Amino acid sequence: MSEHHLLEVKDLSTHFFTHAGVVKAVNGVSFTLDRKQTLGIVGESGSGKTVAALSLMRLIPDPPGKVVEGSLMLGDRDLRALTDDEMRKVRGNDIAMIFQDPMTSLNPVVKVGKQIAEAIILHQDKSKGEAWRMAAELLDRVGIPDAERRVNQYPFEFSGGMRQRAMIAMAISCNPDILIADEPTTALDVTIQAQIIDVIEEMQQRYESGVILITHDLGVVAEIADKVMVMYGGRTVEYGGIDEIFYNPHHPYTWGLLGSLPRLDEVEKTRLTPIKGQPPDLIALPSGCPFVGRCSYERPECRDRWPRLEIVGPEHGVNCWIPEAERRETRASLPHFQAYVR
Amino acid sequence: MSLLEVTGLKKHFPIKSGILRRTTGQVYAVDGISFSVEKGETLGLVGESGCGKSTTGRAVLRLIAPTAGTITFEGVDVMAASKAQMQTLRRHMQIIFQDPYASLNPRMRVRNIVGESLKIHNIGTEAERKKRVFELLETVGLSVEHAERYPHEFSGGQRQRIGIARALALNPKLIICDEPVSALDVSIRAQVINLLEDLQDELDLTYLVIAHDLSVVKHISNRVAVMYLGKIVEISDSAVLYDQPQHPYTEALLSAVPIPDPTTERARRRIILEGDVPSPANPPRGCVFHPRCPRAQEVCPTTMPVLASTGGDAGQRHEVACYFPARFSSGVRSVPNQPFDGALTAAEKS
Repeated sequence: MSEHHLLEVKDLSTHFFTHAGVVKAVNGVSFTLDRKQTLGIVGESGSGKTVAALSLMRLIPDPPGKVVEGSLMLGDRDLRALTDDEMRKVRGNDIAMIFQDPMTSLNPVVKVGKQIAEAIILHQDKSKGEAWRMAAELLDRVGIPDAERRVNQYPFEFSGGMRQRAMIAMAISCNPDILIADEPTTALDVTIQAQIIDVIEEMQQRYESGVILITHDLGVVAEIADKVMVMYGGRTVEYGGIDEIFYNPHHPYTWGLLGSLPRLDEVEKTRLTPIKGQPPDLIALPSGCPFVGRCSYERPECRDRWPRLEIVGPEHGVNCWIPEAERRETRASLPHFQAYVR
Repeated sequence: MSLLEVTGLKKHFPIKSGILRRTTGQVYAVDGISFSVEKGETLGLVGESGCGKSTTGRAVLRLIAPTAGTITFEGVDVMAASKAQMQTLRRHMQIIFQDPYASLNPRMRVRNIVGESLKIHNIGTEAERKKRVFELLETVGLSVEHAERYPHEFSGGQRQRIGIARALALNPKLIICDEPVSALDVSIRAQVINLLEDLQDELDLTYLVIAHDLSVVKHISNRVAVMYLGKIVEISDSAVLYDQPQHPYTEALLSAVPIPDPTTERARRRIILEGDVPSPANPPRGCVFHPRCPRAQEVCPTTMPVLASTGGDAGQRHEVACYFPARFSSGVRSVPNQPFDGALTAAEKS
C-alpha cells in the first residue's frame, strides 16, 4: 500500500464573503480518512460540518464562498489543483454524496431509474440499456423490493426511506472510494433510520469505501463511526477514536454535547446539563475559541487566541486552553460522567 | 377523577376526488384510542410520522372536530361544550408547537404575541397585562428588553421560549406539547427540556407530550403511549415500558433508537422492521401491525386485539394490544387477549 491516506485534508478554511461581512464557515480544519473507515463529523447547525464536506466536493458556490486555504489530497491527487472537468470526474466516481433531504435532492419529474442511469452513463462507458439494467440491480442491492418495476416510477411514488435508498443507489453506482453522507437519516423515522444505516454499512463493507458521516446525532455516531471530529463555530475543537470521544473527552463543548442528551438507557432520572447561551453569530466570531461565552470554564486567554492542538492520546487531539490535569478533574465532577463513564 | 379523559377517539379525514369532490375514501388518522392523563403527570405520545399523534393532540383541544369518541376535561365534556364554555376550557388547555419559526407571527412584537391571549380573554388592565408579560418572559428565561423585539431577532431556542411563555399566559392546567424540541439543536434542546420540567414543578402543570424521539419522551414522561397507524398499541409507566416492552412494535422502535455509548451500541441487537408504515387511508385488516410483525400468526390478520393489561408487575397500568406479547413469545399465550367480538364492533359503529 502507498503511504497516502485515502483522503487527507489539511488546514481547510472556507469563507463566505457576504455584504454583512466575512462568514468564516470553516476555519483551519484537518482530518484524514482511510478505506473501510467511518469518520463522524459532529456539530450543531452552523458549525461548518456541511461546508467542510461541500468544500471537498468543490461545490461551494463562488461567489460568495471560497476555499481560502488548505490542501485537499485524494490519494496523491491535489483536488484544489484539478480543472473543473477533472473535478467533475472525481465527483460521483471517487467521491459521492448523499444529502439530508431525499425529498428535494431527487428530480421530481424524472423517473428514478433514469436519474441513476444518468450518473452511470456520465461516468462509465455503458449503453442506455445496460445503465437501466444496472439501475434496477442497484435498487435491488439497497433493499428496494420489486426493483424492476420501481425503476420506472417517479420519486413521488417512493416513501421517504425508499427515496433515501435510491439516493444511496445513485451514490454507489460508480463504486466511489469515499461516500459522504450529510445527515442521511435526520428526515426519517427511527425504524427507517435503522434500515438506512444498515444499508450504508453494508455498502461500505462491499466496496471498501471510506465514509464521512455528518450528523448532529451522537447516537448514530456511536453506532457506526470509527473516529469522530467535533466541530464548533467552524473549528475542530476535538477529534479522536470513537471510544476516546465518548469515554475520554477533553473539550468542554464535547462534555456539553454528551451532557445534553436524554438517554434511552438512563436508569435513574439524571437532570440534563445543557450548554448555556445561544449558538454564536458566525460573522462576529471571536479571534480565539468560538465557544467563549457559552463555556463554563472560560479563561482570559480564550477570547483572543486560538489554542494550539494538544495531543492527549493516540489519534486524539483537542484545542483548549484549560490545562490537562484541570480538565480531567472538572470532567470527573460532571453528572453525565458520574452516571455513565466508569 | 383524571384531568383529561379520552375515550374511543376517532378522527377520519375524507379523501375527495373527481370534479364533484365526492368522498372516495377515508384516512383513518386516529382510530379509536382511549387514555387518561392524571393531574400533575406527563403522558408521552410516541410514534412515527403518520401515526396520528398530532391529530390526537389537536382533537383534544377541539382544534379539529373528532369523528367519534368523548373527551372530558375536569369532568366537562369538551365535545359538547358551547362556544362560551369552550373559551373557558381553552384557558386551561394550551399548546406548544413544533416549529418555532412558523408558530410565531413575524409581524407581531413579542409583547403582543405573549399578551394576546390575555387580551382576548379580557384579563386585567393594559398595565397589568404588560406586567404579566414581563413576568412570563422572565419565567421562561428571557429578559424584559426582549418584549419589544420581533420573532426574527431570536434564535430557535429563544423562539421556543416565547412559544412557551405564550402558552403559560393564562395559567393553564394542561399543556399539549407537540414536538416541543425536535426543531432545536442538541445543546438548546436540553435547555428547553429542563425549562419544561422546572415549569411543571413550579406551576403544577400537566403535560401531554407528543414526540417521535423516544429518548426525549422517556426522559420527561411518567407514562408513555405508543401509537401505530391511529391506534395505541401499548401504554405503560415509562420505566416499565422501556424495560419490558411487550408489543413487537414497541420492541422494534426501542431497539432502533441509537444510544450515545459505543460499548452499549456494539453489544445491542437491533430489530430491523421490514418495509414502511402502511398508508392510514388503507390500513391492514386485523392487527394494523401484522404485515411487518415478526411474531404474526393466523389470528393476527383477523381482528385487532384490544388493549388489555399485560398481567405483569405494573398491573393495570401496563396495557398492550397484542395476541403474542413479549412475555409470552416463547410459547403461545395461554389466555390470549380477546379480539373484539362482533357485537362490540357493531355497537361501536352505531
